[in-house]
Amino acid sequence: MVEHVSRQVSPQVTTPTALEFRDVGLTYDVSGSPMPVIENVSFKISQSYFVSVVGPSGCGKTSLLRMISGLNPVKQGTVYFHGEPINKPLQSVGIAFQNPVLLPWRNTINNVLLPLEIVPAHKKKLKSQKARYIASAQELLSTVGLKDFQTYYPWQLSGGMKQRASLCRALIHNPEILLLDEPFGALDAFTREEMWEMLQRLWVRSQCTSVLVTHDLREAIFLSDTVYVMGQRPSQIVYTLKVDLPRPRTLDMCFTPEFQRMYSELRQYIQRN
Amino acid sequence: MVVVNSSTSPKFSLDKMLTSKRAVYIFPIITAIVVFVLWEVIVRVFGIAEFVLPAPSAIFAEIPQWGGPVLKNAWTTLFTTLVGFGIALVMGVLMGFAIGYSKLASLTLYPLLIGFNTIPKVALVPLMSIWFGIGAVPAVITAFLLAVFPIAVNVASGLATVESEMQDVLVALGANRFEIFQKVGLPHTMPYLFASLKVAISQAFIGSVIAETVASDGGIGYVILSASSNFNVSLAFLALLALAVMGVALYSIFVMLEKRFVHWV
Repeated sequence: MVEHVSRQVSPQVTTPTALEFRDVGLTYDVSGSPMPVIENVSFKISQSYFVSVVGPSGCGKTSLLRMISGLNPVKQGTVYFHGEPINKPLQSVGIAFQNPVLLPWRNTINNVLLPLEIVPAHKKKLKSQKARYIASAQELLSTVGLKDFQTYYPWQLSGGMKQRASLCRALIHNPEILLLDEPFGALDAFTREEMWEMLQRLWVRSQCTSVLVTHDLREAIFLSDTVYVMGQRPSQIVYTLKVDLPRPRTLDMCFTPEFQRMYSELRQYIQRN
Repeated sequence: MVVVNSSTSPKFSLDKMLTSKRAVYIFPIITAIVVFVLWEVIVRVFGIAEFVLPAPSAIFAEIPQWGGPVLKNAWTTLFTTLVGFGIALVMGVLMGFAIGYSKLASLTLYPLLIGFNTIPKVALVPLMSIWFGIGAVPAVITAFLLAVFPIAVNVASGLATVESEMQDVLVALGANRFEIFQKVGLPHTMPYLFASLKVAISQAFIGSVIAETVASDGGIGYVILSASSNFNVSLAFLALLALAVMGVALYSIFVMLEKRFVHWV
């Protein structure tokens, strides 16, 4: 955590760029006529930074995430990962969606271990070093308070617990990038705030470059180093907010004038567009 | 302070019994006994003739004389049913996977399957006896034909209903098609498969018996047919009971397998 605080102090120039969007656009084909969804989006995300994208629904936020993951091809412009254009699924990505999509036939720990059965670097070692991998999954689960629920099946877990397990699954293979598509959207307000603190802990621990898509402006400010606001379709980035609050952030900070100022700033931009 | 301990006093509770472990055995057995008793009473009260509707007592009275032959023929029916069902399981799963995964197969194989399923199989048995003669082959084929459809359709719809985000999680990690099938498609389809097996096993029995009544010289269907033509209605009913018992037994086996293999449903 100390490392992280010092990183905040050092200027951005010293940290390498992990992800870069250059002139990225997206056009849907609506019954023959093209409908531009995203236009000329360009921005850079430095390594180990936490970035949020907020904007009205249908503005293409999720599409941006899917472009990074390689799930959706980038047809206009380019998305670079460490300088290389992304054109297929990156294996060093962890994803969590609004729906936790745990596999119902696997218990919590086996759900968390799933990526290790797929990513080649771990797949080979999984059998011979099973105990080590299980230990690291157990450690991850205890960070999110699921230590005692390893052998539970998804139907035995609450919504918040499932989402925590889903985050562990996204992080187990030490991804370089963590993509979060409204991961707490379906949770109640109290659980959601707990999850912010937990996600912050996980992110500090893993040091991975994170991109969060959300509708919740407070969530975006609480978690991010930078918040990008996208406008109405065809959307562009209409505002960039740098959040300078010290880390680790606490829920009390949400009530500081500084936080409130940023919140109303973001609100203005969302409403204006 | 007054403690009301009425809840601790022993009292018959239906809810408690229904949720107990033995309920799965006790209730079906009680039901069977009640049905037999009612049946017996109705036949006696209304004085129904034995060759119209034999009472359970009359049916069980046939056991000393006909128990052996019925058992032997039940065995024949069980065998043809299981062979037909086994083939249907393999073919149904393969067709279901093909339809679920390939657009081409779903556009070609699926309509064919539905069209074929609409044909009453009893209409095909005389044809099969011409092609394959009298015996086990038409029974196995009819059992297969009736059992394959529910299996194929359920497996196909199991594959078709995999949540796309579940696949996305794997695709984003670089999983290939086989890995996605192995980790998500296959386990997701298991509940659908087991649900279909319970239907398919009954269908397979029906198929075997239909074929045996038309083109066979053995099996429960043959016993029913020859007993009825000799006006031995009690024997025909004994054969029907044997069939029902086998149906329930196999159904129970699949329920047990289902509980074991698809514990998460």
